[in-house]
Amino acid sequence: MVVQLTGVQFSYERDCQKQLLDIAHWGVKRGERILIHGPSGAGKTTLLHIMSGLLTCTRGEVSVMDQRLDQMSVQQRDQFRANNIGCVFQRFNLIPYLNAIDNIGLAHSFSAGGSGQWRDEATALLSALMIDRGDWAKPASNLSMGQQQRVAIARALINSPALLIADEPTSSLDSDNRDNFLSLLMELIGKRDMTLIFVSHDMALAEHFTRLEALSEITQRPG
Amino acid sequence: MFLKVAVSSLVSRKGSAVMTLMAISVAIFVLLGIEQIRQQARESFASTVSGVDLIVGAKTGSLNLLLYSVFRIGSPTDNISWQAYREIADADDVAWTIPISLGDSHKGYRVVGTTEAFFKYFSFGKKRRLAFYKGEAFEGTFDAVLGSEVATALGYSMGTEVILAHGLASASFTKHDNQPFVVVGVLAPTGTPVDHTIHVRLEGIEAIHAGGSKVPIGAFAPANRPTTNFSEPESITAFMLGLKSRMSTFNVQRQINEFAGEPLMAILPGVALSELWQTMSIFENVLRLISALVLLAAVLGMGAVLLASIRERHQEIHLLRMMGASPFYLFCLVEMEALILCLLGMLLGGVCLYTALFVTGDAIFSRFGIYLDATLLTPEAALMLVVVLLATLVAAAVPSLKMYTSARNIT
Ligand SMILES: Nc1ncnc2c1ncn2[C@@H]1O[C@H](COP(=O)(O)OP(=O)(O)OP(=O)(O)O)[C@@H](O)[C@H]1O
Ligand SMILES: [Mg+2]
Repeated sequence: MVVQLTGVQFSYERDCQKQLLDIAHWGVKRGERILIHGPSGAGKTTLLHIMSGLLTCTRGEVSVMDQRLDQMSVQQRDQFRANNIGCVFQRFNLIPYLNAIDNIGLAHSFSAGGSGQWRDEATALLSALMIDRGDWAKPASNLSMGQQQRVAIARALINSPALLIADEPTSSLDSDNRDNFLSLLMELIGKRDMTLIFVSHDMALAEHFTRLEALSEITQRPG
Repeated sequence: MFLKVAVSSLVSRKGSAVMTLMAISVAIFVLLGIEQIRQQARESFASTVSGVDLIVGAKTGSLNLLLYSVFRIGSPTDNISWQAYREIADADDVAWTIPISLGDSHKGYRVVGTTEAFFKYFSFGKKRRLAFYKGEAFEGTFDAVLGSEVATALGYSMGTEVILAHGLASASFTKHDNQPFVVVGVLAPTGTPVDHTIHVRLEGIEAIHAGGSKVPIGAFAPANRPTTNFSEPESITAFMLGLKSRMSTFNVQRQINEFAGEPLMAILPGVALSELWQTMSIFENVLRLISALVLLAAVLGMGAVLLASIRERHQEIHLLRMMGASPFYLFCLVEMEALILCLLGMLLGGVCLYTALFVTGDAIFSRFGIYLDATLLTPEAALMLVVVLLATLVAAAVPSLKMYTSARNIT
């Protein structure tokens, strides 16, 4: 299992009776591509933060790649995330004052397996993602939204994570860019045998995924 | 990569970064500038007299002796008899002496009666001898050599007649006005009390005080200036002496202090000068306080600017955390930005000061006699820069902690 949640409860307010998330049991197998959908404010982003170790659950066990995130220290989780989890958000995926290459290099610098080959890997990724060579050295803030989201994939994949977490990465793209983004993403993920957890409102994307999950079902499924 | 992120982040906030940088540069400029001036002022003060081994006068406080013999401030308690002077001057260890006779003035400037030895042996600063801007040393009894400040302030030049007054007030009523002195030389600026002094021969002083009784009036006409045949003065105010070997300094000093004939005392000018400077340490401390406050203002300003920037960096913090950056990394990032600003400020401030000193150095020297050499990195200045770096890190800790806490409590 790539992700396994057991008895996870989470609430932003400490003394709250009703939990925002209450997951008895939920898991993601290796190679799965999961689309999570649900109404706004349901807690999708919150769930992704828990799986990436950025938030800790109030109660329960969170394991990613068979490692217990809830038992790690903050630094251990940061290091674990850098090494094993790639993230793409709706927007602001790149440090605006760094160019594409440096954004990728920065992501690489946080991972433990620091090989000197990342530049070649980065240029290969950027080429595969159809970013013009001329745009590599531009500050990220000067790239178009579609370009930024594609560079974000390269940034998320540079450390060869086993798990990719995407939080509505296509919702700020038009339909052409969205299709382009998705097909490139799926191609790269397929090649690398990665697991994908993808949050979106857009059910039209369902065909790209192996499993569809409504957040309401995840949280209410009895153990 | 870390450094690149810090630099690019600053560059992306050019406006505030440049303003902050300027503030720090100005502070560094002031800090190093004041330190330089303070140090050089102390040094040039300490070398108001150099190459003189001992200053001898009637027994009094050492500060008093220094003040009247070197700075022409205050008045001597007593004189030294000519006999006593000759006795010491003729001692084996003594290489040369410069007798000094005070008591007269001209328009508020002190007049010193002395001998050619003054021009030959007196030195100041780093063993610099007196130089003549115009003319030459006195030869005749009624020749006068002006300090540079006297010449410029009174507009005197070669040939001007100078009438001495007894005492110090510029409107003193006992004027020796039947016996004018004639300017034969003007000294180059030294930045020492010599600039404010009129130098004449001992015999000249003696002659005007003797009135007409010892020397016929006619003899003082400029045409036939009498030169040597004077009766020896009965006494002088003080004298400076140089020894054949510095090894004997303390020996000679003790002998003079225990001089049998009359109560005398000898002081080491260097020691006395630095003692005098110590009494003015409040002046140094005020200067230091001012530069410290300027620096504090700059560093606090930088802290405020960085703190304000953190609020605009929430998404950046979130992204960096998602990429795997620890909160500590983000703390260091802000500290690094502060450090870069500080180091650049030091560089810029230092370069500006260096250039300023290089350009204005000569002007400052001739105006104030303070020689600002361009060696900025004295050990003390280096220590100050280290303190500045520490102050920067401390001031930047506030925005850095803010960054740290927002990184901890993400989402
Ligand atoms: N930092 C926070 N502190 C307190 N409450 C929060 C915080 N972040 C989110 N919430 C609340 O938690 C709930 C779930 O938020 P979350 O962002 O996970 O929703 P979401 O499913 O991602 O919504 P959307 O589809 O709009 O992105 C919301 O009601 C939100 O108000
Ligand atoms: Mg969301």
